[in-house]
Amino acid sequence: MDFDYSFRWLAAFKALPDMLLGTWVTLQTTVLSMVFGVLIALALTAMQTARQAPLRHFANAWVSVARNTPALFQIYMLYFGLGAFDIHLSSAFALLAGITFNNAGYLTENFRGGLKAIPHTQVRAARSLGMSAFQAYRLIVVPQLLRIVFYPMTNQMVWAMLMTSLGVVVGLNNDLTGVTQAYNVLTFRTFEFFAIAAVIYYLLAKGIMVGARLLAWRLFRY
Amino acid sequence: MLSTDFSLSDLQFMLAGAWVSLQLTLWAMLIGTLSGAVFGLVRAVYPRASAPLGWLLDVFRCVPLLIQFVLFNSFNSIAGINWTAFAIGCLVLGIYCASYCTEVIRGGVLAVPPNVVRAARSLGLNYFQTLRFIIMPMAARVSFPGWINLTLGVVKDTSLVLWIGIMELLRASQSIVTRIQEPILVLSIAGLMYYIMSWGIARIGQRVEKGWQEND
Repeated sequence: MDFDYSFRWLAAFKALPDMLLGTWVTLQTTVLSMVFGVLIALALTAMQTARQAPLRHFANAWVSVARNTPALFQIYMLYFGLGAFDIHLSSAFALLAGITFNNAGYLTENFRGGLKAIPHTQVRAARSLGMSAFQAYRLIVVPQLLRIVFYPMTNQMVWAMLMTSLGVVVGLNNDLTGVTQAYNVLTFRTFEFFAIAAVIYYLLAKGIMVGARLLAWRLFRY
Repeated sequence: MLSTDFSLSDLQFMLAGAWVSLQLTLWAMLIGTLSGAVFGLVRAVYPRASAPLGWLLDVFRCVPLLIQFVLFNSFNSIAGINWTAFAIGCLVLGIYCASYCTEVIRGGVLAVPPNVVRAARSLGLNYFQTLRFIIMPMAARVSFPGWINLTLGVVKDTSLVLWIGIMELLRASQSIVTRIQEPILVLSIAGLMYYIMSWGIARIGQRVEKGWQEND
């Protein structure tokens, strides 16, 4: 073991403003993938309980593919796979769509568990009060469901944030990992740049957890 | 339209990649389970004293795995340790597993009711006997579903090692795509292989779980 490497932390810290811009992109991707993921997951959860078999099969297939294949594979499929049909997605869009697909699958599984905690009589009561099926789902089931699955959703958001780092594999260059990799290619100071990125990711993850805890404290007081 | 350049040797190449993925999973789970069992027990029995260990392991859950691979790989060359990429992959995945496995096993140990432990002690079992014959079997049952979930997660996370240059399933399929230019077909086969691996592990897990619960 011979150690003749001098760290150049100062040079690496000069890239910090650019990396923070990348962090902003990472955060945006995370939030968007969560918002779309939750909306799709709510739809898939409703479809899983639908009477029509094709809807059920579609939802179940989505969940099992999303949960049983790697997220990177899903992004590859969107980025390289769709190219065969002459649909060329940008790497940013492929990343967002891939993570959303993945999120939706995992969240559906969480929602399915949460749904069991909501008595079915409530839906019947809502229907007998004159609400349509959609109204009953939106106004009675979903608000309670989101409260039950709040903590699993927080975990999923942290995972979604960590997954955004996969964008670099399909050539994304403006999120945190992408910016870091761009600097790495220019300077070959791999360890310094990626160590700073790791610290930023750690702080982001902690930030999401703290934010969720504050939000829970604000939302679930009664 | 339906003709393809995908040959039998390509399939063999992908199967070899899948075997690398499985080997990575096995090594990672071995490292992760052994150290995770020790850490989990320590975390459950001495929660205060082992808090720093908890913080350290938490770091590996809050940093993207891809970045952990890059950091360990570059540290490997900086310090001149000269491990192979495969060894680095196993080590990083192993530590990652350990950090999750610690939580799984800690939860299992904490799920053993204190009264059971007291009963065991009052029957004359000493501390290590209680640990060996009472706490560990009960904690193992509680932890097992979480452990299987972790294994399923690791099978999928092995795909990230392509970034440090290991020819695993996804990278193998990508290099075939580069040659024959049929991404949908090749990637679908890769996806199917991942699916079968996950499905097989989940199935074995269900079988074992059922066997353990027969005496309840």
